[in-house]
Amino acid sequence: MNETQVQENEKPQFYLTEEQHPEHSTMLGFWLYLMSDCLIFAVLFATHGVVGRNYAAGPSPADLFDLSLVAFNTAMLLLSSITYGFAMLQMERNAKMETLFWLGVTGVFGATFLAVELYEFYHLIHEGAGPTRSAFLSSFFTLVGTHGLHVTFGTIWLITLMVQVSKHGLIPDNRRRLMCLSMFWHFLDVVWIGVFSFVYLLGVLG
Amino acid sequence: MSAHSDHESAFEPHHAHSHHGDAAGHGSFKSYMTGFILSVILTAIPFWLVMGGVLDNKLLTAVIVMGIGVVQIVVHVIYFLHMNARSEGGWTLMALIFTIVIVGIALAGSLWVMHHLNTNMMPMTHEMMKNMP
Repeated sequence: MNETQVQENEKPQFYLTEEQHPEHSTMLGFWLYLMSDCLIFAVLFATHGVVGRNYAAGPSPADLFDLSLVAFNTAMLLLSSITYGFAMLQMERNAKMETLFWLGVTGVFGATFLAVELYEFYHLIHEGAGPTRSAFLSSFFTLVGTHGLHVTFGTIWLITLMVQVSKHGLIPDNRRRLMCLSMFWHFLDVVWIGVFSFVYLLGVLG
Repeated sequence: MSAHSDHESAFEPHHAHSHHGDAAGHGSFKSYMTGFILSVILTAIPFWLVMGGVLDNKLLTAVIVMGIGVVQIVVHVIYFLHMNARSEGGWTLMALIFTIVIVGIALAGSLWVMHHLNTNMMPMTHEMMKNMP
């Protein structure tokens, strides 16, 4: 009887709080999503590997690609990766303004990447090398466009999280979201390594 | 809702402590910089090889570019995605290995099968060439 009284005075604790590890399972679940996303890119890479040399008497990568532009874009993504890392380090230190600053820098690099890629696409289509020109260009636009679409949504997600953090601070929910976006962002950089090596450099090499 | 969040924040120190170091991993400034510097070097080499036309042998250049690409992917996964055998009780690594196997089958299988289909195609005659769409 006495024990019951003591328990009633205590803050109620339910066994579920010990059982579930929300942060834990989200990270594993998100990792599994990234792995499935990896399969999408694998299929697109395989398609490009198969038809990437079918120019249909049209322009070849050596005629079309400006490697200095690709190198610039690669630098943008790489820099955005390290600045996102800095944002995560500031998040660990519980420094809200610094986290927001580095997230902002990451967003600027991401937006620059997208702007350059859109310019490249516009330039190619303007030259008559659109996705309908040859099998090579179809697979090129699908693969690089899918990656660009991922970066676009990553940037939207980044801006959303910046608003969330500035409004509610670095609460556990926002930390979990920032860690998910961190994995997503670094994953996109990993895919880009495949794109610039396999599509651009090997393409220009002929 | 507020009761729930109160409860969660009350548990947070304990939670953070008990899972420190394994949940998705947290890099240090040093590990991020190591990864970044390695990535810069591993990006610069293939671009230099192709843009500068350093090697005469195209096949050798292609092999080096792809090899360095694979090394750079490993660097990113370790230093930026903090992959190790301990995170999530090893399940992220298991998922990664499984994905690599599937990706390997998809890539190598597609290229292999389609290459054979291509080489086994009936040779095109002049007539067929003219009637092509």
